[in-house]
Amino acid sequence: MISLNVNDQNFEIEADPDMPLLWAIRDLIGLTGTKFGCGVAQCGACVVHMNGEAVRSCVTKVSRAQGQKILTIEGLSKANDHPLQLAWNEENVPQCGYCHSGQIMSAAVLLKENPNPTDADIDLAMSGNICRCGTYPRIRKAIHMAAELSRKTGTTK
Amino acid sequence: MKKLLNANRGLIRMACIIGVVLSLVTLLAFAMNTEPKNNNPQKIMVVKDSIASVQAFKKVYSVLMSPRCMNCHPSGNIPLQGDDSHLHTMNPQRGVDGKGLYAMKCANCHQPTNTPGRNTPPGNTNWHLPPANMKMVFQGRTPYQLAKQLLDPKQNGNKDMKKLLEHADDGLVLSGWNPGEGRTLPPMSHADFKKAWTTWLTTGAYAPKK
Repeated sequence: MISLNVNDQNFEIEADPDMPLLWAIRDLIGLTGTKFGCGVAQCGACVVHMNGEAVRSCVTKVSRAQGQKILTIEGLSKANDHPLQLAWNEENVPQCGYCHSGQIMSAAVLLKENPNPTDADIDLAMSGNICRCGTYPRIRKAIHMAAELSRKTGTTK
Repeated sequence: MKKLLNANRGLIRMACIIGVVLSLVTLLAFAMNTEPKNNNPQKIMVVKDSIASVQAFKKVYSVLMSPRCMNCHPSGNIPLQGDDSHLHTMNPQRGVDGKGLYAMKCANCHQPTNTPGRNTPPGNTNWHLPPANMKMVFQGRTPYQLAKQLLDPKQNGNKDMKKLLEHADDGLVLSGWNPGEGRTLPPMSHADFKKAWTTWLTTGAYAPKK
């Protein structure tokens, strides 16, 4: 039995210690907002937060996640009103949308550590999140907007 | 009176002879003891031999410049990847502490152990580049430059001789010989590398001419 804390809730799961965290989150806990992309930490679709860091859940074993604080896209805000979610909506960022849970979770770490990022900072932070639809200009624009919203409301997570 | 003086002279002569004999015995005892004395276990014995030292460093250099070592000692701020030492895909940055930036920190993908499968992220509990204030660049260094750099505490992470010797068994150094599937090993075993490293340092740590 493995204990996981996901979005401030405790879960006891029957899983092999080597099971990827992504499997546990999606298939055992039932939170399907986090997506499977490549399975080898190359695309960023599966990014979740572990103790505030943007880990790739497809290669993170549940044994590493045990006892840590995991945050998924479902837990980023209570009413889908995190500044990044508001900005994503405002800028109509997604096209197919598949990669955007990971994009937003990575962007959230950027804003937490750098509340006023430049374009260059955004590129450095987001270069590990791939978007097949090529929504990068809108991602960048939305991050700037979210940064502004955060500064106004003092919201970071 | 004369007799007394003669007796005294005799005693003095005898004392001198005994003194000389004892000194000789003592010197002989030291001379026969060929074992080097090392009263301080922290002190490292260095027997200078410039030829052996330079030859040993050639082996050390071949390992340090192999992708398994050099890829994390790049000349820029992006680590290298693969047997051809290309820039790491996704352009992760060194960051101040050598552990990356923002959502692109080393440990976000590099797990405590190797991830199964060919060319998946290799793992280590302490995966990182050298920090920004001590980059310890290997890429592009000649044997002479690298040898000098390795010996300079201001460029080698403040390592003295003892720490340099110990560094051969550092966990991240050892991981070069456990690189995960799809990556070639350094050009010799870790045991041979350690032997060459130790020989280089304990024969005077001479730098090659070029």
